[in-house]
Amino acid sequence: MLHTVNKSPFERNTLNACLGHALPDSAVLLIEDGVLAAVQGTAHETEMRKALEQHSVSVLGPDLSARGLSPEQVIPGINVVDYAGFVELTENHDKVQAWL
Amino acid sequence: MKYAILVNEGPYQHQASDTAYQFCKAAIERGHEVFRAFFYHDGVHNGSRFPVPPQDDRNIPVQWSELAAAHDIDLVVCIAAAQRRGILDEGEAQRQGKDGDNIAPGFRISGLGQLIEAGIQCDRLLVFGD
Repeated sequence: MLHTVNKSPFERNTLNACLGHALPDSAVLLIEDGVLAAVQGTAHETEMRKALEQHSVSVLGPDLSARGLSPEQVIPGINVVDYAGFVELTENHDKVQAWL
Repeated sequence: MKYAILVNEGPYQHQASDTAYQFCKAAIERGHEVFRAFFYHDGVHNGSRFPVPPQDDRNIPVQWSELAAAHDIDLVVCIAAAQRRGILDEGEAQRQGKDGDNIAPGFRISGLGQLIEAGIQCDRLLVFGD
């Protein structure tokens, strides 16, 4: 399953809820304000690095740039994808769960 | 692959509609079919032809209409959500005694059954909202 998270972890706890439910073979995609969780040096970095041990984590590049963030600021191990990459993730996972 | 899209937020209020639109475009570019986009809750505002955003800004309802025309996407607005928010087609305007309709080209008003059907018929159902 692919989980999409669109809220900043500083605003709501949907990322935490998602990671608590996601099975090891599930992937997580951070979109919209959710991209803030992918940035290095925040209070959520430890949580994200732990998530990377179990899940493939991606972040939507256009949403990073829209917030003045660059791929260089992303925690190593998190894949930066474009919209085509978003579509590809939905091709590879039979269900998509949006954590709104 | 066949995709169904659910949009639960209005244009300009939240990024959901923009993300859904960009996703649909990318899916089509990768050779997939977007069978239906269903607009629910405040998402029905995507289906009005009256918004006049500044010229240097994107016109979200027009973007949806154009994408639907080019790629044969069924744009469906939930009837109960639409009635509450004043989104009307010609038939609904007449039935409710209103002096005009405002539905955008390519959109049609129908029921939640269309969302369920899209979920059954499509390989993937993606939800965009707040």
